[in-house]
Amino acid sequence: MIDTHVIRTRDLAKSYGSATAVRDLNLSVGKNRVTAFLGQNGAGKSTTIKMLLGMVRPSGGEALLLGKNIADAKGNCEVRRRVAYVAENKPLYGYMTVEQTVSFASSFYPDWQTDLASHLLNQYKLPSQQKVNTLSKGMRTKLALLLALARRPELLILDEPSEGLDPVGIEQLLSMLVARAADGITIFFSSHQIAEVERIADHVCILDNGRLLVDASLDLLRQSYRRINLSFTSVISERQLRIAGVQKIRTDGRRMSIFASQNADAVIARARDLGVVSVDVARLGLREIFLETVLEN
Amino acid sequence: MGLFFKLNPTTGQPLYLQLMQQIRHATETGALRDGDQLPGIRTLAEELVVSPNTVVKAYCELQHQGLLDLRHGSGAFVCVRRRTRSLAADVQTARRRLRNLIDELREDGLRDEEIERAFEAELLHPAYPAEIARKR
Repeated sequence: MIDTHVIRTRDLAKSYGSATAVRDLNLSVGKNRVTAFLGQNGAGKSTTIKMLLGMVRPSGGEALLLGKNIADAKGNCEVRRRVAYVAENKPLYGYMTVEQTVSFASSFYPDWQTDLASHLLNQYKLPSQQKVNTLSKGMRTKLALLLALARRPELLILDEPSEGLDPVGIEQLLSMLVARAADGITIFFSSHQIAEVERIADHVCILDNGRLLVDASLDLLRQSYRRINLSFTSVISERQLRIAGVQKIRTDGRRMSIFASQNADAVIARARDLGVVSVDVARLGLREIFLETVLEN
Repeated sequence: MGLFFKLNPTTGQPLYLQLMQQIRHATETGALRDGDQLPGIRTLAEELVVSPNTVVKAYCELQHQGLLDLRHGSGAFVCVRRRTRSLAADVQTARRRLRNLIDELREDGLRDEEIERAFEAELLHPAYPAEIARKR
C-alpha cells in the first residue's frame, strides 16, 4: 500500500524536565495538501516540527517523515534532501548579499535548481546586491522561501511563516504558498493566525497545551460545526440534549446554547421532542471553533 | 475572470461550495455563457489565494453536475445544457419568491442576521421530507 501521508506520528511526546511540551501526539499529514498546524504560542507546534526534523529528540513515541522513521539517522539524512524547512526566525547571514546567500546555499545541495532560483529571485523582486541585514522582514521571508524552494522539495515545512509580516507581506506569502501547492508541493505550516489558516488550508490540526484537539479537513469543519440556540417553555435538563456531537452546552434559565461538532439535525430533532419553542442555528467559522475548542481544553 | 468571484473564509461555508455557487450564479445571470473558458486551477487559486484543491474540488463537482467540461490539457469550459437552463429558470423563480419573502420579513422588523439563522434552522428541520430535496 502506498502511504499517502508525508507525516505520521504515534504517541510522539516531549518533556523538558517536569514540563510537558507535547503529549501523545498522533498526527497524520496527507500528501498534496496544505495542512495548517494551528495553536496558541507555546502550544507545542515548534517542538513538534523540530522533532520531525531531527533537531529535538522526542521523549517518547515515534514518527515517520516521508515514510522514514525520524530516529533512523541514515533514513533521516535521505529524507532531509526531500524536505525543506523555513524556520520561524529565518536565520540568514546578515553580512552576505542576496546573491551571495543564494550562491552559498546552492553549494550545499546537489539537486539545487539554478533556473528556479533565478526565476524566483525575479518573481519575488529580491534586490540581489543588497546585504541581507538591510532587508525588510517581508524580503527576508521571501529569501528564506526561495532558498527552501530552489531544491524543489516534496514537502515544505514552515514554522510561523507570517510572523512579523505586514498585511501586504502576508498576502504575498500566502499567494506564494498557494502557487507552490499548485506545483504539487505538500505544505505543512504552523500558525496562530486563524485568518490565514482559514484561507489557504485544506486541513487543520489544532494543537493546544501539547495535545491535538482537532484533526480534520476545513470543509468538514465548516459543514458540521453549528451553534444552536434553543428556547423552551420550562427549564430542561442539559443531560437530555447530551447526544453525540454536542461539545458544550450553556444554559441560562429556559434558554440553551449548544456548540455541536456534528449532528446538528439530531440535536434539533431532540429539542423538538422536548417541545422547543424557538430554534436558531448559526454556522461557525474557524475562529469560533478554535476558541471554543481551546477554551474547553 | 477570477475577479468575478469573491470567497469569504469566515462564514462557515466550505470555500469550494461558495465557488461552485458563484460559478453557477454567473451562468444563471448570463455573466458566463456556454463555451466560456474558466481560469486554470493555478491561476484561480493564486488570484483568490485559496488552496488549489479548493478550485479542483469545485471544478470537479461542477463537471459532475454537467455545468463544466474539463478538457484534458486545455482547461475548463462552461456548458449550459437545456436541463441546466430549465433549472436556472427554476432558480430564478425561487430567488424572486425568496426576495419577496425576505422583504416581508424585513418589513416585519427582522434583522438580516435573524433571517439567516431562521433559514439555517428551517433547512435542518427534521420533518423536512428528504424526497423533496432529492427530487430537485
